[in-house]
Parts: sequence; structure tokens; C-alpha cells
Amino acid sequence: MTVLFDGIASGLLLFLISVGLSVTLGLMNFVNLAHGAFAMLGGYICVTLLSRYGVPFLAALPLVTLASALVGVVLERTLYRRLYGASHLDQVLFSIGLVFMSISTAHFFFGAQQQPLQLPAMLSGQFNLPGVDVGVYRLFLIVLGLAVAFALQWMIAGTRFGAQLRASVDNPRTARGLGIDVDRVFVMTFALGSGLAGLGGALGVEMLGLDPGFPVKYIVYFLIVVAVGGSGNIKGSLYASLILGICDVAGKYYVPQVGAFVIYAVMVGMLIFRPQGLFGRTAAK
Amino acid sequence: MAPHSIPGFDPSPMRNAAHWRRSEYVFWLLPIAAFFAFDEQLTLLSQIAITALFTLSLDLILGYAGIVSLGHAAFFGIGAYAAGLMATNGWGDPLLGLLVAGLVAAASGFVTSFLVLRGADLTRLMVTLGVSLMLFEAANKLTHITGGVDGLQGIEMKPIFGHFSFDLQGKTAYIYSMVVLFLLFWIARRVVNSPFGLSLRGIRLNVQRMPALGAPVNARLVGIYTMGAAYAGIAGALLTQTTQFVSIDVLNFSRSAELLLILVLGGTGSLYGALLGTAVFMTAHHLLSGINPQYWQFWLGLLLVLVVLFARDGVMGGLGAIGKRLPGAAI
Repeated sequence: MTVLFDGIASGLLLFLISVGLSVTLGLMNFVNLAHGAFAMLGGYICVTLLSRYGVPFLAALPLVTLASALVGVVLERTLYRRLYGASHLDQVLFSIGLVFMSISTAHFFFGAQQQPLQLPAMLSGQFNLPGVDVGVYRLFLIVLGLAVAFALQWMIAGTRFGAQLRASVDNPRTARGLGIDVDRVFVMTFALGSGLAGLGGALGVEMLGLDPGFPVKYIVYFLIVVAVGGSGNIKGSLYASLILGICDVAGKYYVPQVGAFVIYAVMVGMLIFRPQGLFGRTAAK
Repeated sequence: MAPHSIPGFDPSPMRNAAHWRRSEYVFWLLPIAAFFAFDEQLTLLSQIAITALFTLSLDLILGYAGIVSLGHAAFFGIGAYAAGLMATNGWGDPLLGLLVAGLVAAASGFVTSFLVLRGADLTRLMVTLGVSLMLFEAANKLTHITGGVDGLQGIEMKPIFGHFSFDLQGKTAYIYSMVVLFLLFWIARRVVNSPFGLSLRGIRLNVQRMPALGAPVNARLVGIYTMGAAYAGIAGALLTQTTQFVSIDVLNFSRSAELLLILVLGGTGSLYGALLGTAVFMTAHHLLSGINPQYWQFWLGLLLVLVVLFARDGVMGGLGAIGKRLPGAAI
């Protein structure tokens, strides 16, 4: 049971980070391998705020989200937008370039070691229910993750902005003709994606660790979530993250010698048999 | 066999493409000149030759057939480990090692090609990435076979043909790698100018149309993917044999990424682009990492971003543009 609980918690953490990728990859059709870099950025901002400026953890989270979103906007305006129409290969090369730069930059400012994070007292510790040890921080992750999932689902399916976003993605030209400011919609979406990635990165310092290798180490997990969940699909990403989180935790717990092998095998198998993902809608091109 | 004659069709441009030009002869004199001019740097030069072969292998599948791959290091690693394991188990003959490494890599390329060919670009990227990560994990965990993170040690190579043993200065290693590179380049050049190679280019340019012309698209792609894998395997084996060590780095993701960069830097879809890109990249790497070893990756990333944004055709594109201005000097 504890394994299941921890699995769900790490699944929701994965969801927080990768849902942004799901949006850029699935809705905007941009292969952004640098997504992990935004999460790493969030992590470092959070650690710096906490240790150097003494900002409380809960207050730091919104700041981190905002800051990452802001960086996302700047990069989108200056670099990413030039590549919207480019081939996937170009996008991959470009984002790998960004990843390399971010790794070196993180290395330069923070060194190669793991960054420590002191959780506030109210979020640490655990209590015992019959059969389950509930870590308070993990419970916090679960609540927050679910809240974000519902909010996003509502935003994309139920609000005017969501409708504009879907329209801009499905057919940018027509959307523009209808008076939707497609550029603005994309910037906002990109900001949202990178903000969430930053938030996830900050929350993940405790569970995933934080060092300059972060973007490469976890990018596969994010890609798996998107691949399995079907891109651009909030619900799919949620289920996929949960499955992945539980499998990963259970795998590390019961068969540690196999390591990450299973996860990769599942991803490849998945892509072969259901290229559109488990819950995929057919990608709109 | 009498050639088919099609009225109004002049095959001479394609025949001409297969002829060796004067600039190509000059190009292949460079390695010989380099051997005498930079005899202090022979280790670096053989690294360049090996990487050039590796880049060539990716160029075959990406530049000519248009199959994108983020995990080409998988085959390089397979070749490297195959050659290394043979040598540690007593079959230290280099040429046999190359052959076996090439065959093993080709076999794995053949098997995985079916996985890779199922999807579109994005799926391909992720499948190749996934396959190479699986191999990395496997090599990492199977420490009793591969040595894990410590690498495979205790490789002893026998002399080539029983005569030329590998010396400390790297003379034999350089000549050996260069000769292998040249022979495989020559074969690749024949292949890309053959009807097979032309059909690959056709597939890259218009997949829907090629079946209508009677070209079996999947069989052709499987063929070139297997060949690319074999080349990568041989390159890996060369690295093992000349350094007498296999590090788990051979399977690393950043190797695949770096390879893509080299190819894009040189210009895809041109064999000389692959070679020139490697030479430029490796030299820059050597110089820059000498200045600033820790943050070399930053410059690598920056280069990648700049190339994608501004110089999509790479070195060969630049040379081509110059070549057009100088009549008769086209490469």
C-alpha cells in the first residue's frame, strides 16, 4: 500500500512537470526536449529563494512558477517561435542545444553537487493509517497535482481561452481569420507549460533530486508520459503519469537490479503498438 | 546487359555524379599530408577518422534516407562492446573483430529497423532514443559482462595481419582507421550513387510517390538502416581497438546528440559533408576544451542552436555557395 501511495505521489509530480510538454508537443506540435531544463530552472530558483533569501517554501512556489513562466515567455519570443514551422529534426537539435547550455550554466553557478532542500516542518514527517504510511509531503503533492489537473482540464475544455487555444492549434490560419491573436495564445500556452514545469521542478527537488544532469536524466520520463498518454491530452497525461509513477516506484522497490530498463521497454512497446498513445486522440496536424 | 533506353531521358548527370572529381582526389591527399604534418597529434587524428566513419553512418540513414534517429550511438556501442568482448576472450585479431562487430551491429540494426520504420518522425525519434537508453541501462547493469561504469578493461589487440602492431604513438592506429574509413567511404559512395541510393533519395523527397514508381519503400529503408548500423558498429569497433578500452560512454545519449550536431554542421545528404563536419567539429572540440574543459558543453549547445537557426546547410552548404561563384570548382 505504501508503495502504491508513493507511486501515486511521484506520478502526480511527473504529471505536473510533463503536462507542459504535453501541451507544447501535442497541441503546438513542437518537440521541446528542453522541457526538463525549465523544471531544473524552477528547482534552482526555489532552492536559491529558500536558502539565500529565506523565503518560506509555500510562498516560494508561486514565485517559482511565475519566474519560470517569464523565462518561458522570453525564450518563446526570441527563439522558439522561429522554429514553429520547422521540421521535427530541427526542433530536436535546437532544444538539445538549449539543454546542453542549461546544463553548463547550472554547473557554472551551482556546481555539480546535489542541492539540498529544507522542507517546512508542517510538510515533513508522516503519519500512519492502518496499512499505509502517509508522508505529509507526498499527500501535499497528490492534492496539488490533482488540483492542477482539474484546473487545466477545465481551462482547456471550458473557458474561452481554451477554445481559442484549440482553434489556434487545429488551424492557425482560420483562427487568425476569426480574430484570434494566435501568437498571443501560443505565448500564453508556452508560459503556462514552462511555469508548470518550473513548479514541478521545485516540488520535485525533494523526490527527484536536483543537479545539472536533471534535464537529461528525466527527459525520457516526460516523453514517456506524453507518448503513453497521447499528446495534448490532459486526462491521458494524468493516467499515464500515474501508471508510470506506480510502475517506477514498485519496480525500484521490488526488482531494483532491473532499474530503468522496464520503463524504456514499456515506452518502446507502447510506441510500436499504439503510436497515438493509450488515450490519444488523433493528432491534429 | 543492355541499358534501358527511355526516349527523352538523359542519364548522364547521374553517371557523372559517380565519377571521381579532381577535388575529391585532393581531399583524400589531406589525411596523408596530415600524417606527416601533425605527427604529434596522431591520436586526435585517428579519433577524427573514427568519428567521421560514425558520422558517415548516420548520414546514410538520415541524410540520404531521411530516417531521423536520436539513438544512433546504440550501434556504435554494440560494435565497441562486440570488438572489446572478442578481444578479452582471446580473439584479438583486429580485422576479424571489425567484421564481427559490423555483423552484430548490422543484425541489431536489421531487427530494430522494423520498430523504427513503423512510425512517423516523432515516433522514430522516441523509439530510437528508447532503444539506445535500454542498451545503456543494460550495459550499466550487466557489470559482469561489460564492466558497467568502470568500462571494459584488459583488451589486447594482436598485430594487424600479424605484422603491424599498435604502437604508442598511434601511427598504426591512424593508418588503420584511415584505411578502413577510406574503404567504407568508397563503398558508401558507390551505394549512394547506385540506383538503390537514388531510390532512397526519392523516398526522402516523396514517400507516397516511390511505390508508384515500383520501389519497395520499406525494403529499401530496412536495407539502408542495416547498412548504417553496420558502419556505426565498425566505427565503434575501431574505437575499441585503437584505444584498447570500452567505456560505457559509447552508448551515451550525448554521443548520439553530438553526432547529429556534427552531421548538421557538415551538411546532411553529402558524404563529404559528414567528413568535413567531423574534422571541423573535432578540431574545435580539441581547441575549445583545451581552453575551458568544464564548460565545453555550453559552446556545443550554442553552436547547435546557431546552426539550426542560421546555417541549416552546414559547411557543405557554404562551400556549395562558394562553388557556384567559382565556375568549375564545384565539389
